[in-house]
Amino acid sequence: MSTTLSATPTVSSPAARGPLSRALLDAFGGGGADSRITELAQRAVAETLDVIHDDDIQLALFVLYASVYGSLPGLDPRLEWDPQLIEVRRLLEEPFESALREVVPMPPLPQPAQETVAAALFSLTSADTGPSLSRHLARKATREQALEFLIQRSIYTLREADPHSWAIPRLHGRAKAALVEIQADEYGGGRADRVHAEIFAKTMRGAGLDDRYAGYVDAVPAVTLCSLNAMSMFGVNRRLLGAIVGHLAAFEMTSSIPNRLYGEGLRRLGFGEEVTDYFDEHVEADAVHEQIAGHDLAGALAEDQPELLAGIMFGAAACVTVDGLVAAHMLESWRRGESSLRSTEVAA
Amino acid sequence: MKPVRATVTPYPDGPLIVRGDVELIAGDGAPIPRRRRTIALCRCGLSSIKPFCDGTHKAAGFRAD
Repeated sequence: MSTTLSATPTVSSPAARGPLSRALLDAFGGGGADSRITELAQRAVAETLDVIHDDDIQLALFVLYASVYGSLPGLDPRLEWDPQLIEVRRLLEEPFESALREVVPMPPLPQPAQETVAAALFSLTSADTGPSLSRHLARKATREQALEFLIQRSIYTLREADPHSWAIPRLHGRAKAALVEIQADEYGGGRADRVHAEIFAKTMRGAGLDDRYAGYVDAVPAVTLCSLNAMSMFGVNRRLLGAIVGHLAAFEMTSSIPNRLYGEGLRRLGFGEEVTDYFDEHVEADAVHEQIAGHDLAGALAEDQPELLAGIMFGAAACVTVDGLVAAHMLESWRRGESSLRSTEVAA
Repeated sequence: MKPVRATVTPYPDGPLIVRGDVELIAGDGAPIPRRRRTIALCRCGLSSIKPFCDGTHKAAGFRAD
């Protein structure tokens, strides 16, 4: 089986995957933006066959959001609100959102009452959607596949919870209190060593992997970037407030049981407590979070602001669909006897 | 300042959510370490991390009523 686990992690700057991401990296790296970059974005959008799997577009979005998070070194902070780059982001987000709306099956809308919405979200997230990555990890995955799984996860999980935090100032009353209750736990409840992203960094180190953020960005395919980009797009755009709330609810609701299986699998493969701690922690934590997210956050928000209901259900369904695409990519690659990571030749 | 009393909230077809200052004690009197501010206690009896909830009630189709 081929692998790129030995690939040198790129913490300086990701490698471009096409003319658009190259121009963006150059711009953020000090070159500044000009109208050429808008044209490159328009061309990329016009020429792409599939925004979700388009490496150049997904890396471009990843870099644009990284500029807002401050999650990559070397991105000039003075360009965060550069009108040209905001325009590029808008040009890419429009077709990205359309592509998601096309591929995500929209669930029927429940009545905008707290318990009805919570029940609809639990039902949406409990539907079996094919082969399960967590069951594969628990019973069959090789050590190499487990490491690939951690690498794929690291693109989001080393920044866990951040995309959903954008919603805090945009919520009011009970929904705001509920989101902060969840996020406070995500961020360690006052203990730096219990910040979930930090616990995952310990997992990476324990497995012998690079724990620096985006260390493996060059190794992951467009669909993995798409999973984080969808959250980032929902998070940073106020018009998508319902979607980021629904996304969090679905994410929490599809977490505790799979995390128990991931933990079992990693123990089966001989990994120690420093690697499994993250997964064990999430069995307990997300069984709490899913209740708060379903009832007190999403359910309450739909009741208080019924105009956000469709967005909430879309965000939840998008989480299930997109994370399903990432899981299917890993399972299908492994079934073919291949790595789920990009080869260094492609990355170069 | 009057201390805020702890609350225990049964969630629909789900766990008991406990907020506030509550000590958990096992049958033999030993304290059960509490690792987070808000906790969920198993109500269906199927959790693998009792007394805490692990979400298994969903797969089991647990109904509170």
